[in-house]
Amino acid sequence: MNAILQKYPEEVRQILAKYPDAYRKSAVMPLLYLAQREQNYLTRQSIADVAEITGLSMTDVEAVVGFYTLFHEKPGGRYRLQVCTDLPCAMRGAEEFLEKLCQNIGIKVGETTPDGLFTVEEVTCLAGCHRAPMMQLQAEGNITYHENLTVESTMALVEGLRKKAQEESR
Amino acid sequence: MSEYYLLRHRSVPNIDQLDVYLADGGFEAYKKAVKTMQPVDVYNEVKSSGLRGRGGAGFPTGMKWYFLPNTVWPHYVTANADESEPGTFKDREIMESNPFQFLEGLMLASYAVQANLSYVYLRGEFWELGKFLDQKIAELEKAGLLGDNVLGTSYALHLHTHLGAGAYICGEESALLESLEGNLGQPRLRPPFPAVVGLYSKPTVINNVETLTNVPLIVRNGAGWYRQFGTEKSPGLKIFCLSGRVNNPGNYELPLGTTFRQLIYDYGGGIIDGKKIKAIMSAGASSVIVPADDKALDCPMEYESTQQLLGAPLGSASVIVLDETVNVGWLVGKTTHFFKHESCGKCTPCREGTFWMEHIARRIVSGSGTQADIDLLKDVARQIQGKCLCPLGEFSVMAVLSGIDKFRVDFEALVNK
Repeated sequence: MNAILQKYPEEVRQILAKYPDAYRKSAVMPLLYLAQREQNYLTRQSIADVAEITGLSMTDVEAVVGFYTLFHEKPGGRYRLQVCTDLPCAMRGAEEFLEKLCQNIGIKVGETTPDGLFTVEEVTCLAGCHRAPMMQLQAEGNITYHENLTVESTMALVEGLRKKAQEESR
Repeated sequence: MSEYYLLRHRSVPNIDQLDVYLADGGFEAYKKAVKTMQPVDVYNEVKSSGLRGRGGAGFPTGMKWYFLPNTVWPHYVTANADESEPGTFKDREIMESNPFQFLEGLMLASYAVQANLSYVYLRGEFWELGKFLDQKIAELEKAGLLGDNVLGTSYALHLHTHLGAGAYICGEESALLESLEGNLGQPRLRPPFPAVVGLYSKPTVINNVETLTNVPLIVRNGAGWYRQFGTEKSPGLKIFCLSGRVNNPGNYELPLGTTFRQLIYDYGGGIIDGKKIKAIMSAGASSVIVPADDKALDCPMEYESTQQLLGAPLGSASVIVLDETVNVGWLVGKTTHFFKHESCGKCTPCREGTFWMEHIARRIVSGSGTQADIDLLKDVARQIQGKCLCPLGEFSVMAVLSGIDKFRVDFEALVNK
């Protein structure tokens, strides 16, 4: 049984309804987001499930996963902090911000904290150049923007998320 | 500007609420079009207005619609909301705060080409915005403005959002269509153009969000009214995105033809800490680097002038400002990294060339480069020029070539460390 269909029957139906019947494969990206919702990365089984729903081969789905940066093939933190250090942000202190943020969290860019909660990533332009430093938080099936940041405000966010996760695991 | 037309939320509070938008004349253009105008009248009005595509190419919008053959059906319209050019953040503000005017523009474009199914292709990072627009679309369905019988007529129109997943190249229209079809976002060979063979191989219009947001104004007030703004060849209003080393970065809605000096000093509050301005990039990371002399600062920002006077396209009008503290060699390290990351891999000169440009630029920036590396970087850039299917490859060399040409001393300072 297809786990995505089983878990999210209504969402799958709504996604497929957006596209003409003959073009189910247009649903591949929305379905991959759905498959990624719980663990923040895609397992081989979930890729197989998406392939089955769309009628694509696993290879085709894996190609899509590999091409786009918001799909993850390897497990990372429950919270992915994706900081923009592209040109306009870098001219407004994004590189120093990222460096200090990493020091405070205690990991390097690309690494995950030992408790498995946070991964810090460096990304290209997010269309928030006028509110740098800024980042997006990819977690729990959502992507949210956080702008006009300081290391202090970001650490407050990080600590809040950590507390929330600890309370949940109790 | 005392009154805003595109960033209308700055003049009319809560314009993102349907009742407020309707009370402010919202959807009057759409009602007028669907009930009293032939599709051909709608695109003729837009053609007469002289509106040009705001996504970067500046192509006449009415012409783009006119190219769809009436012998092949169905037609599709796709709004390009993949806003990803470094230094660009205008479409996001429109959709976040003035969503209905954008959607009305998309609906008018759909009516003009008689499309019954249209999409908004958003970059995946605009995840929350996608959910927000879904709500707005549902409200329009409820109000009878979308559906199988729009406003009780026989015209049917359905809108859907579609999220990308992090790929700059999907802003290129044929790559966008590939992505929407569930493929890798790699550009198509053209011709045939999307107007003839587009989404699902059918005739398709792809317009930028800001372009579409202009359309209700034109249909409601007429082409003559619209032409009071801007210049003869570049009529209308434009949102300029100002970023970099300025005091007040942000979006500025101004008539086309406003000068760089006005944008940077009158509106943008000048340079941070009163430093000296060094250079301007007029079209985000894809632009040539123009030394900020009087000629550049007094150049009107419109499609012809920037190209003719400065050799720089206006593009999406994403003005990145560099001051004297910015080393252009460092900047090129940034742009080459961006394009290497975003190259889709289809054309060898771009795929390999951006890789090597980044590699060499990094060596220069790290201080381990030599004089010969500066020439090597230029040589690699020249080998990409004119050899790729889509403009990405072309864009990737703009900052490199103009940077070395105009600011070689900055690169030399890095290699002579």
